[in-house]
Amino acid sequence: MTEELVTITVDGQELKAPKGAMLISVTDKENIRVPRFCYHEKLSVAANCRMCLVEVEKAPKPLPACATPIMEGMVVHTRSAKAKAAQKAIMEFLLINHPLDCPICDQGGECELQDMAMAYGQDVSQYSEGKRVVLDKSIGPLIATELTRCIHCTRCVRFGEEIAGVREMGMTNRGERARIATFMNQAVTSELSGNVIDLCPVGALTAKPSRFAARAWEMIQHASVAPHDCVGSNVFVHVLRHDVIRVVPRDNEAINEVWISDRDRFSYEGIHSEERLTTPMVKHNGEWKRTDWDTAMGVVSDKIKAMLEDDAIGVDKIAALVSPNSTLEELYLAQKLMRSMGSGNIDHRLRQSDFSDQNSVPVMPWLGQDIEDLENLNAALLIGSNVRKDQPMISHRLRKAVVNNGAQISFINPRTYEFNFPVASNISVAQQRLVNELALIAAAAYKASKNAMAPHLKNILTGLKPTVEHKAIISQLKTAEKSTVLMGNLASMHPNSSVLRALAEAIAIETGSVLGYLSEGANAAGAWLAGAVPHRGVAGESENIVQGYHAGEINNQSPAAVILLNVEPELDSVHAMKNTLAQADMVVAITAFDSPTLRETANVLLPAATFTETSGTFVNIEGAWQSFKGVCPPQGDARPAWKILRVLANLLDQKDFDYMSSEDVRNELRSQCESIVLSNTTVADASIEMNPAGDELMRSGDVPMYAGDALLRRATSLQKTSDADTFCLRVNSAEAARLGVMGSDSVSVTQEGLSALMNLVIDNSVPDGSAWIPMAIKGNEQLGNAFAAIKVEKV
Amino acid sequence: MSTVDTQLSKHSCEKIDALIAKFPADRKKSALLGALNVVQHENQGFLTEALMDAVADYLQLAKIEVYEVASFYSMYELKPVARHNVAICTNICCMLMGSQTIVDHVEKKLGIKLGESTADGRIYLKIEEECLAACTGGPMMQVDHVYHENLTAEKVDEILDGLE
Ligand code: SF4
Ligand code: FES
Ligand code: FES
Repeated sequence: MTEELVTITVDGQELKAPKGAMLISVTDKENIRVPRFCYHEKLSVAANCRMCLVEVEKAPKPLPACATPIMEGMVVHTRSAKAKAAQKAIMEFLLINHPLDCPICDQGGECELQDMAMAYGQDVSQYSEGKRVVLDKSIGPLIATELTRCIHCTRCVRFGEEIAGVREMGMTNRGERARIATFMNQAVTSELSGNVIDLCPVGALTAKPSRFAARAWEMIQHASVAPHDCVGSNVFVHVLRHDVIRVVPRDNEAINEVWISDRDRFSYEGIHSEERLTTPMVKHNGEWKRTDWDTAMGVVSDKIKAMLEDDAIGVDKIAALVSPNSTLEELYLAQKLMRSMGSGNIDHRLRQSDFSDQNSVPVMPWLGQDIEDLENLNAALLIGSNVRKDQPMISHRLRKAVVNNGAQISFINPRTYEFNFPVASNISVAQQRLVNELALIAAAAYKASKNAMAPHLKNILTGLKPTVEHKAIISQLKTAEKSTVLMGNLASMHPNSSVLRALAEAIAIETGSVLGYLSEGANAAGAWLAGAVPHRGVAGESENIVQGYHAGEINNQSPAAVILLNVEPELDSVHAMKNTLAQADMVVAITAFDSPTLRETANVLLPAATFTETSGTFVNIEGAWQSFKGVCPPQGDARPAWKILRVLANLLDQKDFDYMSSEDVRNELRSQCESIVLSNTTVADASIEMNPAGDELMRSGDVPMYAGDALLRRATSLQKTSDADTFCLRVNSAEAARLGVMGSDSVSVTQEGLSALMNLVIDNSVPDGSAWIPMAIKGNEQLGNAFAAIKVEKV
Repeated sequence: MSTVDTQLSKHSCEKIDALIAKFPADRKKSALLGALNVVQHENQGFLTEALMDAVADYLQLAKIEVYEVASFYSMYELKPVARHNVAICTNICCMLMGSQTIVDHVEKKLGIKLGESTADGRIYLKIEEECLAACTGGPMMQVDHVYHENLTAEKVDEILDGLE
């Protein structure tokens, strides 16, 4: 449908724009500046501040540009005497109750009100009566309030309702007593809450962690990329001298629009953690000593060289475990170093436990579509995904699909998660039954398509009886014009992820949906391209490469030397690695942080830079290569990890490690990736088996929103929010009754001979048969693998 | 509807269901004002946090939405008040007709200020901000749901003394 264009005249200039568009959106496109407070491009029109008043010929009074649809022949004056008088009058009214406390306001210097007052305000106020004061209440650890400054534009309220999908802030009372508040002063909990800081046009809502740390004009703004999820939200890092003061969104319509999650906004606090490792350290006879780079690198290279020369050990016994949050350059160099020494023992899939189908996994598992496309979906099935907390910006697009197109989105998960949009089905079954449940949906897919079952699935699908709900999910996917089936983080972590994947693929094919993956960390996609997997080299090369052991096998191979890249083994891996590392001769940790467990398990600690201190690239889930520069010097003696790896390769006499910059590294890799055509289609493997789920209580869990990587775990303000989980055991009330335990009891859990004491929480979002223990948080080191049979006893 | 687990009484639920039925199915929010009236009436004339929560759940609204409405309209009391709600109009017409004398008289008589309740829990003197739309009979006051116009000190005494 083509839009009808109309012609209007603004300040003497003729413009063509779609009929009915709001005047302010038209003038904004033409760069004609109309003042505003309440209008925001991404929010509904409230038209309550009246700052945007303009003169429209033939209208008796000035009209608000944000709420005036344009019509053919409209003649508008934005700076006529009448318009200016109206704008000035509104400015004067808005300032009546404003405290005018710019010198002590954190917004000073970047405040829309301050700017507008400069442009439209008077020098002297005529108002000499008393002003109203609003007493402040805390609304959580992230947002500071100073509500006396509020001008009641309601941007923050509309954001909650329209974008975040949770209505937490509201305007209570009325008239002069109207104020912004949360219900009974509760803390805001939305994972997107920080965006109201940017939206608030005054200093009423400011960032608590960076409050009073710097003035806007003192900081230098650097473009960067958020380092936590597979979206790769674009950010600006604001730096004062050498310190990161805060992180704010950088507009990119295709990726994060104008928003970022709280995780991406506040994780920078971890950079300044006291646990930062600032010098290389070497362990001598059980004692840690600070040392210089030459000594530390010498220790590492001598030891590895000796091993390479020792026939009893050999290169097979050297392994590297790398974090999917590492940059592309780091991952590429790590695998290049390993392979050039002759070892393929490198893996980034530390939270994966089923590797049986790894040879048929796509070259780079990806979303299967652009992030932007998600908002045009009509139906989706997400398998093993808490997308709201794992990839908040993906969830935001799905929410748009639901709100704007009425999309039917269903989930099948090992726990009942809450989403910020209405869902069609929210199936949750214990992790050990997830495969069976998904099989029912796949069976429904074949029933609906009337196609013959794929031979490799016949075994497990024959004779299954899907329920109405399973069939409904299939019919939603099938009838939708655009639909997708997405495998989430929990699906790839699942002990039977290969079966889940085969079923997901079948469902996608039979319903004509796009199959896509969401992945862990910021750069799992990049890790595949860089060859940070044991069975494939750079760009998915599977022939003529050195094959090695995967993250699950490395554990059983008693390696003699292990290189850890940005990994805290007890938290970043689902495999219990303590014993493996303890028996290794040499554990080198390239890490930004020092920790007691690293000190216990490693022999050498090499201080690495965090994402603001190094240049690098992340490849996001839609395949976008996003490079960024270091924006401040590394703390202490820390170095960018790509440099550490390059020097290590040089010391080990490996050839072709002469890179001068991270761009050199990237370009070398890029040239090898050029011919890749992204596709999630795979060749079906041999027949798939399914083990019937037993009746045992099984441990399962997820990675809480603020625990996914070492930086997040040290982001102090995020750790104070309600999304920061604690080490505890969750079971539902029926399960608790069966176990004879009650809420707030202390329980002892035992798995694979290891045991730990923890608090019990009764939580009915956990399905029957499941004992839920969050991963990646302190306490996990006491227990073994993340998925295992578990015993729970009252103490 | 009444299958919902709620803190609201059966009687309240029935009344609220009747209100909901007056509006389209996807516009339950429209029943909010009425629902708060019902609940407040049953709770001796004031709302509690728990009751507002219950109304929010019942109408599937965010808690803050209910609180916005309850705090906006002066007809809802968010703190415990005495049984009889006495609101003397002090808006402009009544003021011109001498409402201040009536307020002074009543405050002195009851020994409380506007916005307070008597210690015996009998009378709550509401601060009424709005014109109660009986300007022709000013000064006037509303006692519970009844209007009393053309007030004098004597008339007020009689009315107030007659309250249980
Ligand atoms: S707090 Fe800020 S964003 Fe919210 S209504 Fe007030 S001025 Fe607007
Ligand atoms: S911007 Fe138009 S009324 Fe506020
Ligand atoms: S001013 Fe009192 S009723 Fe109108």
